[in-house]
Amino acid sequence: MSELTLQERRTAASVRLEWGLVALGVLALIAAPFFIYPIFVMKMLCFALFACAFNLLLGYTGLLSFGHATFFGGAAYLCAYAVKAWGWPPEAGILLGMGGAALLGLVMGFLAIRRQGIYFAMITLALAQMFYFFCVQAPFTEGEDGIQGVPRGTLFGIVDLNVTMNMYYVVLAIFLIGVFAVWRIVNSPFGMILRSIRENENRAISLGYSVGRYKLAAFVMSAALAGLAGATKAIVFQFATLTDVTWQMSGEVILMNLLGGIGTMVGPVVGAGLVVGLENTLATSGFPVTIATGLIFMVCVLIFRRGIVGEIYARWLAPAADGGDKG
Amino acid sequence: MASSTCTLNCCTKCLEYDGAMTMIFGIPIQALLGQLLVGLINGSFYAMLSLGLAVIFGLLRIINFAHGALYMFGAFIGYLLLVHLGIGYWPALVLVPSAVGLFGMAVERAALSRLYRIDPLYGLLFTFGMALVIEGVFRFYYGVSGNPYAVPALLAGGTNLGFMFLPNYRGWVVLASLIVCIGTWLLIEKTRLGSYLRAATENPELVQAFGVNVPLLLTLTYGLGAALAGLAGILAAPVYQVSPLMGSDLIIVVFAVVVIGGMGSILGAIVTGYMLGLAEGLTKVFYPEASNLVVFVIMAIVLLLRPAGLFGRDA
Repeated sequence: MSELTLQERRTAASVRLEWGLVALGVLALIAAPFFIYPIFVMKMLCFALFACAFNLLLGYTGLLSFGHATFFGGAAYLCAYAVKAWGWPPEAGILLGMGGAALLGLVMGFLAIRRQGIYFAMITLALAQMFYFFCVQAPFTEGEDGIQGVPRGTLFGIVDLNVTMNMYYVVLAIFLIGVFAVWRIVNSPFGMILRSIRENENRAISLGYSVGRYKLAAFVMSAALAGLAGATKAIVFQFATLTDVTWQMSGEVILMNLLGGIGTMVGPVVGAGLVVGLENTLATSGFPVTIATGLIFMVCVLIFRRGIVGEIYARWLAPAADGGDKG
Repeated sequence: MASSTCTLNCCTKCLEYDGAMTMIFGIPIQALLGQLLVGLINGSFYAMLSLGLAVIFGLLRIINFAHGALYMFGAFIGYLLLVHLGIGYWPALVLVPSAVGLFGMAVERAALSRLYRIDPLYGLLFTFGMALVIEGVFRFYYGVSGNPYAVPALLAGGTNLGFMFLPNYRGWVVLASLIVCIGTWLLIEKTRLGSYLRAATENPELVQAFGVNVPLLLTLTYGLGAALAGLAGILAAPVYQVSPLMGSDLIIVVFAVVVIGGMGSILGAIVTGYMLGLAEGLTKVFYPEASNLVVFVIMAIVLLLRPAGLFGRDA
């Protein structure tokens, strides 16, 4: 999706403005639970992290995975099971979920990177569906009911997560760490190679990079971070169900990126907030969510491919394709 | 949100009925043949759908995620024609593909034609959204439960082949899908229109320069692909129940079929479709728990051994 990603040219002033906005956003998130229902904000944060993890792959490496629900939902199952059945503390459950997701990512990525473009999307979709059928049949997922009543426990034996405010700030911390990780990866030399693969894979090959390895590494990192989001969600909501491993969930995370802006740092967060908010609103209105989701997909693809944050960049923050120093 | 019921379940139910009959004779070979028949039926639909996907992909370079939704759309149009207008199976066999084909052409003109110049992934995302909308609309109005569609009177009952009992309609589905697949293959390989189509697949600019109306060809191609999906839908209506969810699970299996076969050749798509249906049927006999997974496992193995697909030309 290279032709539509943003020109990474910004002026020093616009970079300062960006950081100002980011700081403002973080402050808003710190204050949010005093004004908005905290569980709802936590849900948004989990999905926002999921969307950012996905963006690492789609936005910065140019790989469209249609199977990310596997990592999100798979980690949720692992974490929920470890915490509930084995009595693990939450931090260990979350780490296990993350590790499991990374492992699933390694297997899926290893198979999927053998083909490119549209085939890559279809392979990830098919493998994710396979994982879904596995979860339907495996006894430990408890079938249609899912794993219910997962205890939140105490983080590091100190912080009681049953207190909503404690839980909230832990989730916020995990979200910020996760997004920082994505930012750090994207802006590292490794991230530059990923972008070069996105822009022109053949040239990256001819420059001597083993493109396959970089793609696989990006895939595993993205899967691990998606797993972090899924495992955290399992702790917050105290359950893990089949919903999180369906292809609809894989579609949803694509929508969050598309709506917010593929290949921008903040876009997926904005997109996730909007999609989760929209679903909450529609849930009570009786209008089917799938129709709304589908329509947004179609409109975004036809006339709004940069997404909300992408449009803001293109219009105000980095309007000119020439001039300005690189941010 | 998701349903765990596989679209092929209804078929298994009927088969268990067949199975009960074979148990009277007590010969296991009949169970095997029964499952192979179910596999052949499923394979017929895989073949017809992956053929449509291959035809569309060949020229438009778009993977039509809405193919499953169009298949469901076809089945539903047939059902609604019967319930509301009393129009039966045989006229529906012509009306449904025409309606779905026209719908496809309208979508192509209005939307898909704007996506040819950008990354093909956007085509996938657009048709994904389209699939969600079509499925959502039918779910909203008709719920998720299946609606039975009676087997046409002419094909009711079955034939005892001596070694097994063949329900007539099932035999017809296999025959019809073979006719459709071979017909489409002949259309593309042996007619003038097909030769334009193949030429435009290779080099659209050059074909346009020779005076062939390529945009029209693209519209017709998507219409043809959609009509094939609609036809598969109406053929499927008496076999499976007509339900809004019948397409979405099926399309993912068909994607796996397409990855296995590779989209380089029309014939490859057809052959792979039947083969995987049969493989699925066999798995149901020997290891039923894995019957949902077997197509995906085969896909993984093919990716390891022959990444381009069995019949694929592109890497």
